[in-house]
Amino acid sequence: MDYLLTEEQQMIKDLCHRIAEEKIKPVAAEYDESGEFPWPIMKIFAESDICGIYIPEKYGGMGGGILELAIATEELCWGCGGISLAFAATGLGTFPILLYGNEEQKAKYLPEVASGRKLAAFALTEAEAGSDAGSIKTTAKKDGDSYILNGTKQWITNGGEAEIYTVVAMTNKAKGARGASAFIVDKDTPGLSFGKKENKMGIRGSATREVIFTDCRVPKENLLGKEGLGFIVAMKTFDSSRPGVAAQALGIAQRALDESVKYAHERRQFGTSISSFQAIQFMLADMAIQVEASRALIYSAARMIDSGAKNIAKVSAMSKTFASDTAMKVTTDAVQIFGGYGYMKEYPVEKLMRDAKITQIYEGTNQIQRGVIASALIKEALAK
Amino acid sequence: MANNDAIRVLNDKCTGCTLCVKVCPFGAITMEEKKAVINLMKCTVCGACVEICKFKAIVIQKKDEEKIDFSHHKDVWVFSEQKKGQVQSISFELLGKGRELADKLGARLCAVLLGDKIEDKAKDLIARGADKVYLVNSPKLHVYQDEPYTKVLVELIKKYKPEVVLCGATVIGRSLISRVAVKIGAGLTADCTGLDIDPDEKLLLQTRPAFGGNIMATIISPNTRPQMATVRHKVMAEAEPDAKRKGVIIKEEFPEDVYTSRSILIDVVEEIEATINIAEADIIVSGGRGLREKENFDIIRELALALNGAVGASRSAVDADWIPYSHQVGQTGKTVCPKLYIACGISGQIQHLIGMKSSDVIVAINKDPDAPIFSVATYGIVGDLFKVVPKLTQYFK
Amino acid sequence: MKIIVLIKQVPETTDVRIDPETNTLIREGVDSIINPFDMYAIEEALRVKERLEGAKVVVISMGPPQAVDALKEALSMGCDEAVLLSDRKFAGSDTWATSYTLAQAIKKIGDYRLIFCGKQASDGDTAQVGPGVSTHLDIPQVTYVKHIEQIDTHAAKVERMTEEGYDIIETPLPAVLTVVKEINEPRLPSLKGKMRAKKAEIPVWGAGDISCDEDKIGLDGSPTRVVKIFTPPPREGGRILTGEPDEVAKELAGLIKDIVTG
Repeated sequence: MDYLLTEEQQMIKDLCHRIAEEKIKPVAAEYDESGEFPWPIMKIFAESDICGIYIPEKYGGMGGGILELAIATEELCWGCGGISLAFAATGLGTFPILLYGNEEQKAKYLPEVASGRKLAAFALTEAEAGSDAGSIKTTAKKDGDSYILNGTKQWITNGGEAEIYTVVAMTNKAKGARGASAFIVDKDTPGLSFGKKENKMGIRGSATREVIFTDCRVPKENLLGKEGLGFIVAMKTFDSSRPGVAAQALGIAQRALDESVKYAHERRQFGTSISSFQAIQFMLADMAIQVEASRALIYSAARMIDSGAKNIAKVSAMSKTFASDTAMKVTTDAVQIFGGYGYMKEYPVEKLMRDAKITQIYEGTNQIQRGVIASALIKEALAK
Repeated sequence: MANNDAIRVLNDKCTGCTLCVKVCPFGAITMEEKKAVINLMKCTVCGACVEICKFKAIVIQKKDEEKIDFSHHKDVWVFSEQKKGQVQSISFELLGKGRELADKLGARLCAVLLGDKIEDKAKDLIARGADKVYLVNSPKLHVYQDEPYTKVLVELIKKYKPEVVLCGATVIGRSLISRVAVKIGAGLTADCTGLDIDPDEKLLLQTRPAFGGNIMATIISPNTRPQMATVRHKVMAEAEPDAKRKGVIIKEEFPEDVYTSRSILIDVVEEIEATINIAEADIIVSGGRGLREKENFDIIRELALALNGAVGASRSAVDADWIPYSHQVGQTGKTVCPKLYIACGISGQIQHLIGMKSSDVIVAINKDPDAPIFSVATYGIVGDLFKVVPKLTQYFK
Repeated sequence: MKIIVLIKQVPETTDVRIDPETNTLIREGVDSIINPFDMYAIEEALRVKERLEGAKVVVISMGPPQAVDALKEALSMGCDEAVLLSDRKFAGSDTWATSYTLAQAIKKIGDYRLIFCGKQASDGDTAQVGPGVSTHLDIPQVTYVKHIEQIDTHAAKVERMTEEGYDIIETPLPAVLTVVKEINEPRLPSLKGKMRAKKAEIPVWGAGDISCDEDKIGLDGSPTRVVKIFTPPPREGGRILTGEPDEVAKELAGLIKDIVTG
């Protein structure tokens, strides 16, 4: 389908697909097995100028928006949804600065991200505060010109590998969600440490760790926005980043479709290619319809966000929910089409299925997303 | 349109039959108003269209050249490559073909041998068919270096005026002979698979594969001498030695400046891994992605050992780091032409086929009956290589 | 000071299929790419540029106007300038005439210290143009270079791959180096590079621009001449051996025994 991409967007798409095809795909199984962090690929991202596609030109980026980020994420995740997550998660960690950072903060951090010299991470989730961000336990206590952070963030993507952390902590517990604030924390800040690397089902080429604050002193210049904005920062960040998760799911789904079509054509049973069986044909057709519908929804949501529209929570949540449910379904069908081979690690599709699952869970489970969508619907109806 | 173009269509003869459009390997011909039009930006003047045209409507024109008298150019020469004082087998292969060409021309077959203290090797060349050996002995020629070797060979050619010069398409041969050809303004055809003498014109007919071997081209060098060609390993049969053969050894010496070199060879390093030169092997056993993991390459190695052959690999096996690049067969690896090539678990991507399909006998073992490798196989086994290959090894042990 | 890279645009696959009905060539759907070996030449030129201050990489290709795509790809990888040699007068050039034409263009560019090319082109496989250029320019060459150990503006110490291992060679500059796959891993283009390449105007030089002797270019300058093009006889249809592993292995062993013992 022609999405009327600009020449520049097409260039991003082509280049990212080439990176995925030539650099990521050949090593994807290796990183999936070892669980190591893919630094050599990060270097390629940096050298290809793609780390800054969504960052304004004045900070060394390419000046693109959510659509450019989605296009790149989709193509890179076609190569491997785990390896490429470092790129997408850096976007997530950078959005708070892009959205709420002041000039000094932007000038200090954005060029580092744009050039690919530094990765970023967003630290919100805790053991007892997942979707319920209001029950965050990490605290930030004002002390002179600093805040002192204490607490443990859980399952932080890029944790331990990123140099820049955007962290949500409570400055005033009594106020609940309105007592949260967001900070930028540099990796080398004393009192910042990391837990062990999690052993995950999928996206194993990405690093997930606890981020631990022990009397971690952060200068007050690193407060994003103002005190009490933390929850808003998190929600607005997610509104912008969810099409990115959706794009990750889309890339995985597209790869599953491509592998399935190729395999169905090559695999012969009963003296003929299995792609001549209607049962397989219908599965492939359904997979293709869903993948294309995901893409159309993601690109539309991204374009709406880039246009500066205000109420984006609903479309953002829709794109994430639809694309991740699609990815799960399409990758499961891909394993089915591959039959017994699909279940084996020598073939690429079981990994796609494992990688797809997380997209239904993180950055707000799809159940939470449906809640967001429903409440927006009701709000819209009441406003009429 | 200017009619001094190298090739043109005679519109009064062109019937618009489009045969030339179909035959052009470069897509350089289109039909405009029912006449063929040649795009000279794409055309390589290969002549395929001239050949196919039934109406003689396409002509290639070169500037009128005076018929040059080449009668003083005689003899067929073979550049005899030596390493560490050992004449390389490619030279014996060239002598075999050279003898045949010389006989057809009624000329002598001469070998050129450059090196240090290699007098005793000259008689081997005579035994293999040379009537004459031009021997240049100097410590400066101990190992191959581009510049002194080029200068010596150029001087010899200028002095003795051969009709034909053959050279191996080896690392040394390819580096040397292109320089010599440019220096003396002679035509050179690389990697010939067929060499013959045109019975009428007495020209050297040089046939080589083009486009990965899908097309063959026969090439001549009508207006320059010597006519020069390189030949890859194992393409020509080695000349059998005959110790009773007689020949003349002519020693040549040159002034010091002929031996000088601007680039300096500092050291020669031999690598164990690279000592198996697959390009020279008579038997190659190759493994591909079907081996699944690095350790399984041992199955290939064992069969190769039992057959006294070399180990080859497909690109995907090399890319997966199962075996070093020096073993890679194919478009980006080595082109091989052994007597027997056994492909195990190689699907046969075209890039691989290009590198091995001129082997005498090809055996393919693959579990996928539709693998393209079977299209070039002399014998195919559709089955599990992990079962078949060890059995085969047993038979030859 | 300039580092020159010579590149050729080639069909992505050299597999030109033959239509069995008409016995003619099927060309549809074959993309053009930079000769794979030339990619290593481009990468090495860029790496040398990073080691030598003030160096510029100029990439040259001789071919049809579409070869501009190959030059743009080279620019997007980081080459500084590109020149296309294209003229109907170049039609029919063999390796002799091609290396002469390239050498004349290099002389026009001037101030060159290094000339890189791939060890051979994947469509012609001759490996003659690099050595030909060095001879026309009367400068040293090192073929099959797999590593550059040392380099400054006057000399380079390099490893040349041989059948048995490698030679270590020191050469004064300017020189021609032809490179093999082992030397590096070519980079991908960058986004900024692609954008710069898109805007770049690539000069096209014809015969008149490079002060060449017209008797030495194109068909007239080519000593070799193609007299016949034909399709090789197809390989005889193979035989598929069937049966249990033990049986087929035994049968095969019988079929190849003579070669193995012979």
